[in-house]
Amino acid sequence: MKPVLFVLPAILSGCAGAQSALDPQGHSALLLRNLILAIVIVCIIVWLVVMAMLLWALLRRDRPKQGESGVERRMRTAVIAAVAATIVIITGLTIASFYTTRGLGPVPNADLTIRVRAQQWWWQFIYEDKDPARTFQTANEIHIPVGKDVRVLLDSIDVIHSFWVPSLAGKQDLIPGRENVLTFRADRVGSYRGQCAEFCGLQHSHMAFLVIAEDEQTYRKWEAAQRSAALEPQDAELVAGKAVFMARQCSACHTIRGTAADGSSGPDLTHVGSRQTIGAGLIDNSRGSLAAWIADPQTLKPGNNMPLVPLSSEELRQISAYMESLK
Amino acid sequence: MATVSRGSSLLLTIGLLIIAGSSSAAIAYLREPRQYRADPPVAQAMEGLRLMPNGIAGTPPQVYFALARPYEKTAYDLSQGKRLYTWFGCAQCHGEGEGGKGPSFLDGWWLYGPSMVSIVASIRDGRPHGMPPFKSRMTIDQIWQLSGYVMAIGAYTASVNAPARNDDRQTRPAENRAPAALLFNEGPVPLHPDQGPSP
Repeated sequence: MKPVLFVLPAILSGCAGAQSALDPQGHSALLLRNLILAIVIVCIIVWLVVMAMLLWALLRRDRPKQGESGVERRMRTAVIAAVAATIVIITGLTIASFYTTRGLGPVPNADLTIRVRAQQWWWQFIYEDKDPARTFQTANEIHIPVGKDVRVLLDSIDVIHSFWVPSLAGKQDLIPGRENVLTFRADRVGSYRGQCAEFCGLQHSHMAFLVIAEDEQTYRKWEAAQRSAALEPQDAELVAGKAVFMARQCSACHTIRGTAADGSSGPDLTHVGSRQTIGAGLIDNSRGSLAAWIADPQTLKPGNNMPLVPLSSEELRQISAYMESLK
Repeated sequence: MATVSRGSSLLLTIGLLIIAGSSSAAIAYLREPRQYRADPPVAQAMEGLRLMPNGIAGTPPQVYFALARPYEKTAYDLSQGKRLYTWFGCAQCHGEGEGGKGPSFLDGWWLYGPSMVSIVASIRDGRPHGMPPFKSRMTIDQIWQLSGYVMAIGAYTASVNAPARNDDRQTRPAENRAPAALLFNEGPVPLHPDQGPSP
């Protein structure tokens, strides 16, 4: 009994927290959780009944003799009842599944639309606006207003990925050259972890993102901050860091709005300092981890597409300070 | 009789196990290791190529031979080169190798010679008449990867080392199937008297 007591909490801890389909925090996830529970409960009952019948058949003592009156009739009744029960149960589960899937369907008027472009091995999130000047991008972290329907338009630029935030919605694949749509809603303030759910290569496991649901006011504040261009650095170290960023290979792949850096193959770094993690959920964001990442991205996340840019320790200090300052 | 067949089946099993074990060891040994980045001193040494005074051909750094010419030969580096070809907009001037504003890689004629060194120098330092330098935009090992890929586009002989598959429509044979051979075999290439910086 004792080992069970130790092991059980460790197993069940997977059922709650920032990434769990059994801890639903939104409409879609709730529907899916209910469907999962319904199917599991029905199947458990069916299994118990079948096992009980089997045991009864094995253990009963007085077996009916061949040709005894009424045996044939009773057997026929039992078989017909079992077939009828199977049909009823499977039809019921099919109907439940159908209505759940319909409940997940796209809503006609979403309050917020985010374009998602997955790539090896990070997530590009584009908050589009009719006015291109108001469009902005983040990477591996989205903020959404709580209680609002959010529509994500899913596309991939290389291989098939899958968008999965277990606490908020089911999986949806991102397929190159095709746009998939998923709608979800967070009913409670919180931060929910998402993860690529389709094996996409070497660093598939390090392709996570965060969905941060916050109240309308906080969200608007965040949106306005993200929309603005990067602030011009004042501190001497930050100015030097910016100069290094522009002079070296960094600016060829990364954009910092408000500066000359306009590369598009890497994540947009305009407000990289405001994000909670770097490297698609690989490590927490801090000046030290930024420096570690820039110094040697291939050792932290082998195979990713950021090259090692040779920098002196002085330059590394300056550039990591500048990255951290981009709030 | 029974003991004989049991003995022979045991021998057969042992034999099969030995074959399976040695072939998986061979596969593991022959498996091409991926080098995700050049060690910083190696990368620094890769900068040290020496060109002829006219900018055509030259000598690669010795470390390149010490590494057994990875950028022309490993599928991983060729694939990364293919990715860089898209990322850095090579196709805008060179198309898929057939050329455009820039020269073709398929016509059997290299303005600065068909060597890795010339291609690396062209990408790194740029060339007159529109080829921009990429040394401030790409790291040196990226430049070598891209050069290896450009060599693969202009190859006349098929290779066992293939970069990643192309998802889009192809306008030429795949890189490992000697794309340039197609044009080369069509007939004699018209004489190019031009070579060097002022064609």
